[in-house]
Amino acid sequence: MRNVSIIGLGCTKFGEHWDKSFRELIAEAGIEAILSSGIEGKDIQALYGGSMASGRFIGQEHIGALIADQLGLNPIPATRVENACASGGTALRCGYMAIKSGEYDIVAVGGIEKMTDVGTQQAAIALGGAGDQETELFHGASFPALYALMARRHMHEFGTTEEQMASVSVKNHKNAMLNPKAQFHREISVEDVMRSGYIASPLKLLDCSPITDGAAAVILCESDKAREICEKPVEIIASEQASDSLALIGRKSLVETMAAKVAAKKAFEKAKLKPKDINFAEVHDCFSIAEILAIEAIGFCGKGEGGKFTEQGKTAFDGEIPVNVSGGLKGKGHPVGATGVAQAVEACLQLRGEADKRQVKDAKIGLAHNVGGSGATCTLHLFKALEGRK
Amino acid sequence: MPSGSLPLIWRKFGERYDLDGNCCTTCGTCFFPARKVCPNCRRKGKLVARKMAKTGKIVSYTEVCSGPAGFEHETPYFITIVELDNNAKLLSQVVDSDREKIKIGARVEKVFRKISDIDPEGPIAYGYKFKIVE
Repeated sequence: MRNVSIIGLGCTKFGEHWDKSFRELIAEAGIEAILSSGIEGKDIQALYGGSMASGRFIGQEHIGALIADQLGLNPIPATRVENACASGGTALRCGYMAIKSGEYDIVAVGGIEKMTDVGTQQAAIALGGAGDQETELFHGASFPALYALMARRHMHEFGTTEEQMASVSVKNHKNAMLNPKAQFHREISVEDVMRSGYIASPLKLLDCSPITDGAAAVILCESDKAREICEKPVEIIASEQASDSLALIGRKSLVETMAAKVAAKKAFEKAKLKPKDINFAEVHDCFSIAEILAIEAIGFCGKGEGGKFTEQGKTAFDGEIPVNVSGGLKGKGHPVGATGVAQAVEACLQLRGEADKRQVKDAKIGLAHNVGGSGATCTLHLFKALEGRK
Repeated sequence: MPSGSLPLIWRKFGERYDLDGNCCTTCGTCFFPARKVCPNCRRKGKLVARKMAKTGKIVSYTEVCSGPAGFEHETPYFITIVELDNNAKLLSQVVDSDREKIKIGARVEKVFRKISDIDPEGPIAYGYKFKIVE
């Protein structure tokens, strides 16, 4: 059985890159990944690039070819992957499957979004496309509104409070303080979140992840080869993906993300692991409620308990299961297409013991959960460090 | 959202103007908007056109205070998920209602309204909204 490992990592600083272009950002991450991998550009056999809405944000489609060109990788096949905010996680999974299938041994995976070239309202329209255009965005349901509808229902069914949701943002801002690549280096309090004004009630400004520019890249390699090439390969021990109704109205429940639940269950079965075996998790906290839904779907806590679990500090850096030690989407930033790949980069840093001040002690198994839209797509990856070249 | 000449489909959105949906006679589930395939029964399903109930109750709601382009003049406004009396769900604005009454479980009824006017060159969008049943 062929397995797949990550041998190279690259990630730009996340933030507002008014002085950098789309192609500069992806080239920066891509070059860093290749240079850190122990292989050369000529060894890369295929490329997958995740981006959600480059056409809406910068007028550029066809970014697979653009990335290969900018990295000097022509004429290898290069493909854009789009699954809304899960574009990065899906690109990673495409690269994984390409190696798993035996077609290639070495594949580059990138993720990028350049979001600050347009105004907030245009960005809201672009992001709204992650939901259902006809039955949601058409009626004025902004993307935060969709998560707000889930949050309100979660509060109604389980007694989750706005303060509990705020504690997700507080934790992730605190974690981001230790990540030099994070967009925000500013601690916030529950009061700050509560005072920050409604975007779509009950979600306030500080419940929402920001608009961010950034890119991330990884180099994937068949695991036997990876052990020869790389000192610290990180194996992808499970890669799963599931889908749910695009629109909220088609879901069985507003308070459970079924795609995440299915993907997590399959990933744990495949890796013969349980949620309690995970040492740290990067989850998709595009909104505070999204992290609560994520930890419930993965199984770190019971259904409806995510708010309390977070408020009690169990997902903190020194808690039972550290969640989003990178700062997550809220603190690190959320360049949508880059996020899923950046989660894999963080998982590798942790498992290689290279996460510096935010290093989770004895990190053996990491998890990355990347969501598209209001939950219609979820990719879930599990990672484990391998013994590499001495 | 189209701009310039109007695609024909825009004059025919039965679901937008009259809550046209369909129901699967095999499993009894109603769909709004109408589907081509019943996701529960797939090829064993038999879909027949139905008008959805025009009343229902609020399942969840949010007050949108920062809306997308095209909704600036409406902001803030309420977005709700409504479970219709025939069990189909839809997402809709709730308008012309006392804000204190917009709650989970509140009864609502369909009204016909202008939805948005995004592009000066494009069509004005009309469709359904709901209001609290007094």
